[in-house]
Amino acid sequence: MAGARGGAPRSAAPYLFLTPAIVLFTLFLAVPIGYTVYLALRRTRVSGLGLGRGSRREVFVGLDNLRAAVTDGELWAGWLRVLGYGLIVLVVMLGLALLFALLLDSAHVRLARFSRIAIFLPYAVPGVVASLMWGFLYLPSLTPLGGLEFLSPSALTYSMANVAVWGGTGFNMLVLYTNLRAIPRSYYEAARMDGASELAIALRVKIPILVPALILTMVFSIIATLQVFTEPTALRPFTNTISSTWSPLMKVYRDAFVTGDLYSAAATSLVIAAISLVLSFGFLRLVRGRAFGESR
Amino acid sequence: MRTHRLALAAAFATLLAAGCGGTAESPAAAPSAPASSAPAGPVTLTYWTWAPNMDKIAAVWNQANPDIQVTVSKQAGGDDAAAKFLTAAKAGNAPDLVQAEYQHLPSFIAADAVADIAAETAAVKPEFSEGLWGLVTLGTESVYAIPQDSGPMMLYYRKDLFEKYGISVPKTWEEYAEAARTVHKADPKVYLGSFSSKDPGWFAGLAQQAGAQWWSISGDAWKVGINDAATTKVADFWGGLVQEGVIDDQPYFTPEWNKALNDGTQLSWPSAVWGPGVLESNAPKGKGKWAVAPLPQWNAGENFSGFWGGSSTAVSATSKNRAAAVKFATWLNTDPQGIDLLVKEAFVYPASGKGQAALGEPPAYFAESQPDFWQQAATIGSSARGFTFGPNVGVTYNAYKDAFDKALQDKSPFSASVGTMQDTTVADMQKSGFTLAQ
Repeated sequence: MAGARGGAPRSAAPYLFLTPAIVLFTLFLAVPIGYTVYLALRRTRVSGLGLGRGSRREVFVGLDNLRAAVTDGELWAGWLRVLGYGLIVLVVMLGLALLFALLLDSAHVRLARFSRIAIFLPYAVPGVVASLMWGFLYLPSLTPLGGLEFLSPSALTYSMANVAVWGGTGFNMLVLYTNLRAIPRSYYEAARMDGASELAIALRVKIPILVPALILTMVFSIIATLQVFTEPTALRPFTNTISSTWSPLMKVYRDAFVTGDLYSAAATSLVIAAISLVLSFGFLRLVRGRAFGESR
Repeated sequence: MRTHRLALAAAFATLLAAGCGGTAESPAAAPSAPASSAPAGPVTLTYWTWAPNMDKIAAVWNQANPDIQVTVSKQAGGDDAAAKFLTAAKAGNAPDLVQAEYQHLPSFIAADAVADIAAETAAVKPEFSEGLWGLVTLGTESVYAIPQDSGPMMLYYRKDLFEKYGISVPKTWEEYAEAARTVHKADPKVYLGSFSSKDPGWFAGLAQQAGAQWWSISGDAWKVGINDAATTKVADFWGGLVQEGVIDDQPYFTPEWNKALNDGTQLSWPSAVWGPGVLESNAPKGKGKWAVAPLPQWNAGENFSGFWGGSSTAVSATSKNRAAAVKFATWLNTDPQGIDLLVKEAFVYPASGKGQAALGEPPAYFAESQPDFWQQAATIGSSARGFTFGPNVGVTYNAYKDAFDKALQDKSPFSASVGTMQDTTVADMQKSGFTLAQ
């Protein structure tokens, strides 16, 4: 056989095919992450007045930055705020998305195509634009909804969650709706023959089949809420109630670009990444059995 | 298909490698570039600025100087522009010239992002007041930028509504407080003015008027005095008025505030000489109704003002065409033609002493109500005092916003917020290793 000669190319082929992926992964994921870790271990050290050439140099500080990031009360207060915000967004947004998807999927709804587009449309509005638009609606002297204090400390979380719900429901609805359309109609016929009402079909047939899609949208939404940045940043100039460290990512931005401390920003980024990983994988693990029919 | 994709990836990788090589090279090459090297052929300079119509001004220069061509790159301005420049400098691709607000210049210097142009600018030093020159030297032997404009503060007020509510222009802050009470009592929807927790530059100017020295250099050490008596006095004054409820607490430049200025529910604004542009666009209905006066004083008979804003033109440390860059910056800020263009096209209040001559007609917004606007500005400007800005103004200004936002929410004393600003600033400087005097 020509095996001996042909063996070498055959064993190289997989690597060749993998090369583009590996190169892209290395350049755009591994290297930036590595650089972030590197930055997180360093800090600028100034001598004297810090003016003039050579008066500042970068030094290795070990885990100092990470320690400072983990023990920063403001960061944890930020997590707490985001948690409250995230709970509202997840429950309301996914609840509405599911409701709309089920309604659109039921045979009786009129103007289905129009409704689908109308619900999806806000997703096409960029987050900054949506936040500013809602911001103008929230401002006491400009709002047509008079008498309500949308930006007061107690209402702020709801007002902000409202922007996210408005923008995100359409996308999640579409994901769930397309999954619903993929379910064979015969299931429903069988259910109907057994005497199930539309409501019973929705609760007992559609929703159980939708669970994997629901989990997918849930994971996406968890990650998105943990990374909330646009809405509070765009609303901040309007009000006294949003601090520069309202959400963890805002603190990263502040450190990197407002106070010029890339090193702390890198350390905080790592903490955020770790927490996001733990929460999203934790959630996946929690529901794995149900979602993908896996059993231990 | 497969080869296509592979080739694409390969091309991409090469491109990236080339890009990385380029950036790694420039910082190393830059410091060795001598100031006097006059390259053959025309040089091209990039200039980051947000002054309006600067491209038109550069076009005039480019016409007359075919060997030094300036390309203006319009920036957003404010703190974001400073952050962007620092980031670009760190990445090794800073522009040749940059508009540097006085408060941000020390951060640029500390980051080694701007060049020392003392040798090239010795001739133009006499054109600027000592106070302004100090802002670009930080009191050292070096010169880091050429002053462009300054922002002496004054009180803008609604002439017609002051008459309506029967208040006279306050001469002291005590009278200002009285007027605030009178106005708000007459109509609870109306305020004399607003305290803005989003404008640290505004507060810094008021502190300067009161005689504050937030930073100073003594020998080889920084001294930080943000919570000095003068600043605390200013903070508690506004805190008292806000707590009394006779002064609004809407941040400036918000849609709410614009509306209040426009519909006459806010009657005055302690601002800077660049105020007319803001009023014209944000309160168009007030045209011909606003007038200016010196800021109220802390002690009757005194005559002081502070600075809010104002900027300079700096040459970046990595510019390969430093001599040409300084030449343009000098022309722009000290040549009669340059100053004239700055006034007429960019609407700035020039820093150069020669600038007063270029100021003729009052801003259209004030043509009826304050025809001697520029004379007023000049008198007030000569009474303005500033202070040295420190190397971490970004930290201090951010602390201002957060601390005063919190004070407004919690209704806690404003002097505590000033304390927070001081503590945050000192902690940041200590963390970085600056030598602090105490």
